[in-house]
Amino acid sequence: MKSQARIPTGRISDPGYPQASNPEYTRHHPRWYRRHMPIFWWLRKFAYTKFILRELTSQPVMYATLFLLGKVWVLSRGPEAYEIFVQWLSHPAFLAFHALVLVGLLFHTVTWLNLTPKALVLRVAGRKVPGWAIVGAHYGAWLGLSGVILWILAGR
Amino acid sequence: MRRARDPFFWGLFSAGGMLTALLLPALFLVAAITAPMGWFGMTGYEEWVALASHPVTRGGLLVVAFLAFFHAAHRFRYTLYDGLQLYHLDALISIVTYGVAAALTVLAAALLILVV
Repeated sequence: MKSQARIPTGRISDPGYPQASNPEYTRHHPRWYRRHMPIFWWLRKFAYTKFILRELTSQPVMYATLFLLGKVWVLSRGPEAYEIFVQWLSHPAFLAFHALVLVGLLFHTVTWLNLTPKALVLRVAGRKVPGWAIVGAHYGAWLGLSGVILWILAGR
Repeated sequence: MRRARDPFFWGLFSAGGMLTALLLPALFLVAAITAPMGWFGMTGYEEWVALASHPVTRGGLLVVAFLAFFHAAHRFRYTLYDGLQLYHLDALISIVTYGVAAALTVLAAALLILVV
């Protein structure tokens, strides 16, 4: 396949095409096997779309992390800077965007925790711990930690 | 070379995925939505500064940031790889995604350690 100035058509009349004594062997150029997939292949089936949306949750995770760091930075700039920051954040456009980010974060959490039995196979006393128990324990940890965070940051 | 490094990045992806799954929804909800709107407690500047300057918060946030950046880098690398089928650009994509994650981790460390 490399450095083909021209692709042979397979015709004997093709100028420059090598003429062999047995034309059966040289007449046709082999067809390379190549599957062409359209870029939006993942829109064809809901399961594929869900897979790509799950993979794209890396972006809300990225944004939320940068947001938390940004908030620390703004806080270090003093109360006036924080006041402006808060005004921006309470704008409806920002609220709508942040609600969307939150949906992405929740999608990441749910899809991640649902896969935990596949990543973690536990045996207790020689018996395999069932998947629902592993998922349940992780959801319990999530709810517990979220409860602690909400209580510390918003509960008082 | 690449094969030898993959389990390392896979481990960071995995740890970051778990940590962000457990912590980020609640943290983001309060920091980005309820506190600016003045809902519930902890809405004032002083309270947030006290929290944000505490060494435990700083250290914890640095761990979260490091793992979240490498989690996102690894996942986004494969999103580009599978979603857009950029198989031939894998080396370049890896350098850019992990490079951005490393640079952001350094910036986060500088912010959390140096900026008071």
